[in-house]
Amino acid sequence: MTDDIRELLLADFDGGRVREAVLAPHPVLSAPCEAVDPGAPETIALAADLMATMEASAGCVGLAANQIGVPKRVFSLDVSGHVKTRTAHGRFVLCNPVLEQATRHQKAREGCLSVPDFTGDLKRATRVTVRGWVPGTGSEVVITTDAYEARALQHEIDHLNGLLFLDRVAGAHAIHVRQTYL
Amino acid sequence: MVSNFGITVVGHDRPGIVADITGALGSHGGNIEDSSMTLLRGHFAWTLIVDLAATLPEVDDAVNPLRAPELLIAVVKLPIEATDPDAPTHWLNVHGSDRPGIVSAITREIAAAGGNITDLSTRLVGSLYVVSADVTLPKTNDDHALASSLSAIAANLDVEVSLRPVDDDDLF
Repeated sequence: MTDDIRELLLADFDGGRVREAVLAPHPVLSAPCEAVDPGAPETIALAADLMATMEASAGCVGLAANQIGVPKRVFSLDVSGHVKTRTAHGRFVLCNPVLEQATRHQKAREGCLSVPDFTGDLKRATRVTVRGWVPGTGSEVVITTDAYEARALQHEIDHLNGLLFLDRVAGAHAIHVRQTYL
Repeated sequence: MVSNFGITVVGHDRPGIVADITGALGSHGGNIEDSSMTLLRGHFAWTLIVDLAATLPEVDDAVNPLRAPELLIAVVKLPIEATDPDAPTHWLNVHGSDRPGIVSAITREIAAAGGNITDLSTRLVGSLYVVSADVTLPKTNDDHALASSLSAIAANLDVEVSLRPVDDDDLF
């Protein structure tokens, strides 16, 4: 089943432009994003820009459109090869994602390209089901995944809902000044 | 007779401050109960509660040799608290552009609802100011109403605020 979904998610999204990342505080990071037409040319171009920017940013495994200043419900993701990854669906872009199931919450530390000076400890589900649409083909996919990919998906969907990890940290000592820059 | 003393140490950081303070208190039989130490914008900052069979002047004399123009040491005698404080019920998170009055406005609203801040941390890096706090709210609190009023205050301050019930601790 995972292989079938990987087939549907497979797309090049090459030729994108590396865009400047928006840093918090910024209003575009705090407002819900708008749904897109997955087949629209501007959505495909946005997907390519997200992929190019994500891949040009050291340590970045996911990027939401509002992180490059575009308030649309699109994000790119690629956790392949990360040490914390268990299941991975490769390098993909998803439109209008919906978090349908989220279970087995665990606390872990995460950071964000838009919040470069802090990390935070927060609970997220380690098992999720996300429905979304692939730019270009418009194929509907349902991704069930775990561990690091599940965390990354929730982080990106939060972005599209105008939330940062800073909104979810657990406790008075759960925000840390970042020590290691990649 | 054993008494509780509150000691605050703030100033220029250097290796050995903790060893010096604990050494001075230990030589008088002091026992550190709760304490919290960190560096705040590079400054050493430590508050500790110590059990000591001594008077306030005796404790003050014990730490006096460690005082320096760049290192404040304050000692007060405290009543022994009869009961532990209630556990926090909520986590408060605020973030946004730095400006005066954020902590004051948000915590004033929580206090007006009968809420007690039991732990608080603020950080400023660049222009991004973040606040995280543990809050104990009365059982009768209207969480929805408080969240709404905090959101209105946050909107005026151009910051984001969230107030969420604490998660249960996982035990293994």
